[in-house]
Amino acid sequence: MPKLEELQDLVQQTRRDILRMVHKVNSGHPGGSLGCAEFFVALYHEIMQLNDGFDMDGIGEDLFFLSNGHISPVYYSVLARRGYFPVDELNTFRLIDSRLQGHPTTHEGLPGVRIASGSLGQGMSVAIGAALAKKLNNDNHIVYSLHGDGELQEGQNWEAIMYASGNKVDNLIATVDLNGQQIDGATDTVLPMGNLKEKFEAFGWDVLEVEQGNDLQSVIDGLKEAKSRIGKGKPVCILLHTVMGNGVDFMMHTHAWHGKAPNDEQLAIGLEQNAETLGDY
Amino acid sequence: MNYTNQGNNDTRSGFGAGMTELGRTNPKVVALCADLIGSLKLQQFIDENPERFFQVGIAEANMMGIAAGLTIGGKIPFTGTFANFSTGRVYDQIRQSIAYSDKNVKICASHAGLTLGEDGATHQILEDIGLMKMLPGMTVINPCDYNQTKAATIAIADHHGPVYLRFGRPKVANFTPVDQKFEIGKALMLQEGTDVTIVATGHMVWEALLAAEALETEGISAEVINIHTIKPLDDEAILKSVKKTSCIVTAEEHNFLGGLGESVARVLTTQHPTPQEFVATQDTFGESGTPAQLMEKYGLNNKAIVAAVHRVLQRKR
Repeated sequence: MPKLEELQDLVQQTRRDILRMVHKVNSGHPGGSLGCAEFFVALYHEIMQLNDGFDMDGIGEDLFFLSNGHISPVYYSVLARRGYFPVDELNTFRLIDSRLQGHPTTHEGLPGVRIASGSLGQGMSVAIGAALAKKLNNDNHIVYSLHGDGELQEGQNWEAIMYASGNKVDNLIATVDLNGQQIDGATDTVLPMGNLKEKFEAFGWDVLEVEQGNDLQSVIDGLKEAKSRIGKGKPVCILLHTVMGNGVDFMMHTHAWHGKAPNDEQLAIGLEQNAETLGDY
Repeated sequence: MNYTNQGNNDTRSGFGAGMTELGRTNPKVVALCADLIGSLKLQQFIDENPERFFQVGIAEANMMGIAAGLTIGGKIPFTGTFANFSTGRVYDQIRQSIAYSDKNVKICASHAGLTLGEDGATHQILEDIGLMKMLPGMTVINPCDYNQTKAATIAIADHHGPVYLRFGRPKVANFTPVDQKFEIGKALMLQEGTDVTIVATGHMVWEALLAAEALETEGISAEVINIHTIKPLDDEAILKSVKKTSCIVTAEEHNFLGGLGESVARVLTTQHPTPQEFVATQDTFGESGTPAQLMEKYGLNNKAIVAAVHRVLQRKR
């Protein structure tokens, strides 16, 4: 089977994982998770250079930081299926005594996670710090991060965006999940952020847009293009245009499923639209 | 008094000297500063280790996050800014990215308390000990003089986990031995006594020694304990002392809500109920003035400690 089809199967299985995880505990954030399935699969299975096993310091490998921690379902699914922890552990999402907390954390020792996130706007600073450590260690690997678009309303991001270009943190690729939705509605309604490409460029970043953020090949191509721009004196930003709730028709193009779980009937419809590929956990 | 002032010096210079030494001895140590290099006395560290210094500008939230990230890769980051901007301004960044994430960041905070002086209440934080001690896993240290601050700075590099190190602006008595080993969580017995226990932290330690001297002329024997580590608190040292003296005065340059006094009260209430008086600010903001004027007005000097001792002795059974 060609690699792309294998990855596409992973994407579809990830969508099933997301739906089943949030359905079981009747909580969690399926919308943004579904929208980023292609990004996570591409990153962890095609783009990043990763060592075997998990070491917090991540010397000699690429690193990823999830800033918008509420999309933990997609993160957990992809980490598990990449081998960081048993896939069956996805069964424990949001349950008492679980390593799979509602928002990702290092506190319970879940392999693959290097920072807690959930309170928004903090991940880019952390990613910059990790990128600076890589430079100090003469470690030629890349630091990736993912941020929600609504999350950019948090001011700390702009401190970090200013710092990264001002200090030539050019081993960093920060991706913004541009789905245009947040809890209370469209980002343009809640707090318009204007032209993000122009804003990042004005702050001295190298910006590229991936218009089809739910097309696996486009995402892979975009990430490869971003990689090619590493080490040229500027941090790199990918504006990833995605659809919240992608792959489940009734969840798409609305903020309604940002933080709401499907009921039994809705789950059945969602799973029907995403047939099992690699086996459910 | 068994202690002599070796010459007034500021605790922040003790921090700077500690950083200089760490720069020479520990290659993992890196420093970050939010536009206050001179105030934090970091220039020598920077001159000697320019590649290990990060000027983040006036962006404390970003500084805390970058510090957290630098630990991933094995660095030991020391952040430097005023105490107010080291804590209240960035509380959630510290809570999530550092404390909850178990990151080995040393939050080093100068200009704590009223002795910052003329800049006034916007900069005089009196709540920082409380804010920091409430965070699970956070170690909270408030050294008393130049020598102790230098020793503490060096010691916390070898402690794995987040630390809040609080020090100040003015030149104050430098009286602890220059070579005294700093043990995190270990109280220091400065002077033994039998009638009352005085436990003090930070700038109030020297005031406690002056108070004990004054009390001695009245025939009151005060035991003076230096609590430099507010969390974890040396419960045993406090309990041992009050079992002898049966009353205690706590002294700190901080609000009585959330400070050293409350931590001591928790230990005593649960293990050995003892009359206690608090020398601390009384749930108030500060104001502009000289450090001495402010410490006088807000009841944070040796006279206030003496008065508190008189009060607590009356309550002693």
